[in-house]
Amino acid sequence: MADTIILEIARYSPERDAEPGFQRFEVPVHKEWVILDALNHVKDKIDGSLTYRWSCRMGICGSCGIMVNGEPKLSCATFLSSYAHNGNVVRVEPLRYFPIVRDLVTELSDFLGKLKKVKPWLIPKEELSLSDGEFLQTPEQLEDYKQFSMCINCTLCYAACPVVGLDPKFVGPAAIALAQRYNKDSRDRGTQERTAILAHPDGIWGCTFVGECTRVCPKHVDPAGAIQQYKIKAALDWVKGLLMPWGDKKREEDRNAAA
Amino acid sequence: MQQPKSPLYTEYHPRWYRPRVSVYWWLGQSQYLKFILRELSSVFVAIAVVMTLLQLRALRGGPEAYARFQHQLQTPLVITVSVISLFFVVFHTITWFNLTPRAMTVRLRGKRIPEWLIAAPNYAAWVVVSGAVSWLVLRWH
Repeated sequence: MADTIILEIARYSPERDAEPGFQRFEVPVHKEWVILDALNHVKDKIDGSLTYRWSCRMGICGSCGIMVNGEPKLSCATFLSSYAHNGNVVRVEPLRYFPIVRDLVTELSDFLGKLKKVKPWLIPKEELSLSDGEFLQTPEQLEDYKQFSMCINCTLCYAACPVVGLDPKFVGPAAIALAQRYNKDSRDRGTQERTAILAHPDGIWGCTFVGECTRVCPKHVDPAGAIQQYKIKAALDWVKGLLMPWGDKKREEDRNAAA
Repeated sequence: MQQPKSPLYTEYHPRWYRPRVSVYWWLGQSQYLKFILRELSSVFVAIAVVMTLLQLRALRGGPEAYARFQHQLQTPLVITVSVISLFFVVFHTITWFNLTPRAMTVRLRGKRIPEWLIAAPNYAAWVVVSGAVSWLVLRWH
């Protein structure tokens, strides 16, 4: 392991630059250091103007996502030592496909808008009062959606998905996985509402199953799996509607009840 | 004062840099290249299907037409296309079989069955069907 390593960090100042450039910093390598520690070292000791997001430094807040050598990573969960071979340069860039505000900070309002669109909250059949007691759920019912509930909105999956880059309207992996998280919840009755939004070319049908979202997900959410399972369900619903048109009435009632 | 349609750049309203996606985005990373090859493989699957349909048509045309078809198959161009098609059809099959566990979650007595158990029957069916077809072809030869 080398004693120091070169970080090649993307810099962009909206006041000064027409487009991003790179600046190199030499940082020490400690066994326990993650990339975030190296960024903090640069900000503390070398250049205080370096701008990046971070908060919890323990892989739960989802704010420190960056590109490390072209791979979307959480900077708090990526060890510097795994890149520290002699003469290695580690390239650090803001998450791909997002507009860049400054240096490594990306603009998230588009993502947040898409997330809100899929209604990622429990839509119960009817509003119950506290006196009605708790919603009971079996371990199996919990298991159904638990994996998708681990999403921390870090948007690494967006930076990994070429469809996000090529089609700005695509709702994207995390938002669809979170829609599935609520669809699969036994307490939720909002599937019809979400499907009306997501069974669309900008929703699940926009996904070409590249599978990179699942590979880069730091919380093992498997958004690609969620989207494919959603596609199967939407296709089966469509076939059911075709074979049993009288079922439409019931679906309509469900939708109205949910709304 | 009239408000500008899009908010202009000020110190407090920074100008975002919007990176453009290169036309060659799929060349930068091996996983992306693999994805594009997987999508491209559909073209070769279609070629293989068309070849089979042409073969059936030749078969219906009688022994002479079939001999002519077989003769055409032996030209270097058709052999090259067939070899490339074979590679892509195998690639297509393997990549999609490996992806089936992503799209299917099968539960047995409340437990999710392991991924390999979903992919395995696909491969088993592939071997069985290929074996049956080879047996038929070789028996008639």
